Amino acid sequence: MWDYSEKVLELFYNPLNQGAIADLNEPDVSVVYGEVGSIACGDALRLHLKIQVSADTVLDARFQTFGCTSAIASSSALTEIVKGKTLDEALNLSNQDIAEYLGGLPEAKMHCSVMGQEALEAAIYKYRGIAIADHADDDGTLLCTCYGISEPKVRRIITENQLTTVEQVTNYIKAGGGCGSCLAGIEDLLLEAQSPETVAVAVAQQNNLSQSSNHSAPFATANPSTSTLASPPLTTIEKIMQIQQVIDDEVRPVLMADGGDVTLYDVQGDRVLVKLQGACGSCSSSTDTLKYAIEAQLQRRVLSTLVVEAIAH
Amino acid sequence: MVIYLDNNATTCIDPDVLAAMMPYLSDFYGNPSSMHSFGGQVGVAVQDARRQVAQLLGAEDTEIIFNSCGSEGNNTAIHAALAAQPDKRHIVTTAVEHPAILNVCKHLEKKGYTVTYLSVNEQGELDLMELEAAMTGGTALVSTMYANNETGVIFPVEQVGAIAKYYGATFHVDAVQAVGKVPIDLKSSTIDLLTLSGHKLHAPKGIGALYVRRGFRFRPFLLGGHQERGRRAGTQNVPGIVALGKAAELAQQYLQSVDTEEDHRNTLENQLLATIPDCAVNGGGAPRLPNTTNIGFKYIEGEAILYMLNREGICASSGSACTSGSLDPSHVLMSMGLPYTILHGSIRFSLSRFTTAADIQQVLAVMPDIVNRLRDMSPFSNDQAGWLQERDLVRAG
Repeated sequence: MWDYSEKVLELFYNPLNQGAIADLNEPDVSVVYGEVGSIACGDALRLHLKIQVSADTVLDARFQTFGCTSAIASSSALTEIVKGKTLDEALNLSNQDIAEYLGGLPEAKMHCSVMGQEALEAAIYKYRGIAIADHADDDGTLLCTCYGISEPKVRRIITENQLTTVEQVTNYIKAGGGCGSCLAGIEDLLLEAQSPETVAVAVAQQNNLSQSSNHSAPFATANPSTSTLASPPLTTIEKIMQIQQVIDDEVRPVLMADGGDVTLYDVQGDRVLVKLQGACGSCSSSTDTLKYAIEAQLQRRVLSTLVVEAIAH
Repeated sequence: MVIYLDNNATTCIDPDVLAAMMPYLSDFYGNPSSMHSFGGQVGVAVQDARRQVAQLLGAEDTEIIFNSCGSEGNNTAIHAALAAQPDKRHIVTTAVEHPAILNVCKHLEKKGYTVTYLSVNEQGELDLMELEAAMTGGTALVSTMYANNETGVIFPVEQVGAIAKYYGATFHVDAVQAVGKVPIDLKSSTIDLLTLSGHKLHAPKGIGALYVRRGFRFRPFLLGGHQERGRRAGTQNVPGIVALGKAAELAQQYLQSVDTEEDHRNTLENQLLATIPDCAVNGGGAPRLPNTTNIGFKYIEGEAILYMLNREGICASSGSACTSGSLDPSHVLMSMGLPYTILHGSIRFSLSRFTTAADIQQVLAVMPDIVNRLRDMSPFSNDQAGWLQERDLVRAG
């Protein structure tokens, strides 16, 4: 048997928030669900959210899960975690948050927590009118054909969870768990993630986590990739210069290759205001662009607390 | 109180078997190969056990080689068969064999051998036409299981053997799941080599045997001393051998009354099908072992069922991916082409002569509620949103 925590077993045997949410057409309330997985893959989750539109907040969350003990417990945990959060806060939840809430998961079962995080994202994207097909993870080369997992998704999971082995990648998202023909590709991505530059950022993140390890809030160690970099803190002018440099050197070339562009408009504290231009300005997946192509990059390269917003033209 | 219905994984040691072997763990510790009488009396016990095993199989004493387990028996058989006809480089086996066969074959493919993996149909049955089409003059070995460990489906081994003999191939049978559960008579059989394992028939783990037909050109796999007439080196596991002998004797007696076990199995199977909708017996249309039923419960996942059963003190087994290190469900059920709706939620209940009617009633009492609870959670049970795809409902392919 697997070495499940008491919390996992408790939520498996007595799941909270199981079922669907009926859409009663209440004023200022929207009901939506997100789906991930499939019966072919062996686990699937339909996450239902009841959202207060005016507050952009999750009022209620429920789940329907096809899967094992840890999949059911992870789904139940997710519904508890997400209730009361704004949608932006919810989007910042990581699979590690779910695993930590459960008191940990066996590494071979981490993909259950990833499934939860993805269902949450799917539901919110659906609510915001962003087609799942436009999700950044689904773009790019398909790496694992057995489980339909793209290269960007593998890259993101490696970074977010600081994975170092192929086995870990398989445990977290199943990639490589089928025919095995993508194992070499996963190894390449792991090596890429362990390049000197990436390692330096990881070390800085680890230092920062160590310094802040005395807090006890349940999500205090949320996504390491979004943790604050090590001191000294940036002055305002340094922050702006670094943001400008990352945008010019690393973000714009990528966007321009797809016919888009971005310019820095202003920096107000940790709010980075940008103008999306060209194809990006009219793209249905512009929220993805903001979140993954710009915000995530600035968080990695400059400051983890930065939030990127697009302003109207 | 544990209700143990995972006997195809391993069995309890029969108290009479334990009693028979105990003196050989304490007082009679001599080496059966020694020339002195202290070892000699142990050697007699080994020979008695050899006779008991041979009688269970309808074989001659000299045709039994004691070894450590089923995996060793299978490895030995395959290598012996290939050594017997070194000019032949083709092996035929099935897609639903135990890893102790499949992984050896995969290894041999890397060494230059060609292996044909025969498919099975939805009932888990072999197609003898496919076998015949695969055979060539270069086929050195046909290796099939007697009965499948997951579904209990019994292969037509004598018909397979007849085809193998026609093409001059050695015929090996992995009978680990069948020995002690169905009568086997090797006197008039086409089988050249047959594997069995002690812990599947109420002997301890760590003891097995390989039947080698008299006259077969056998080459040992494990080299060393002259134990087992030079066919398997290594000091004999005397307590295990004595235990296997006693277990074989008891199994032979029990085979006269195996109907009880089959009755329990049928009660379990029929009642589960009657009380729980949307479930089916995997391989239910084929000849099967009397102790095994493998039931697929649609729309839910096997590990979750096992954990619910475990909380009730019931031990069973699942072919789901989540119970294993692999991410794919059982290769056996996959090979049968079961739909995904049933593939991940299949549970194997395997009984033994120690299974009681009360055990069965307890399983029947808890299973409907377990299935209902999990189906209530499953998005596929009431798939109003049409999440299931056509391919999930037909064949996994």
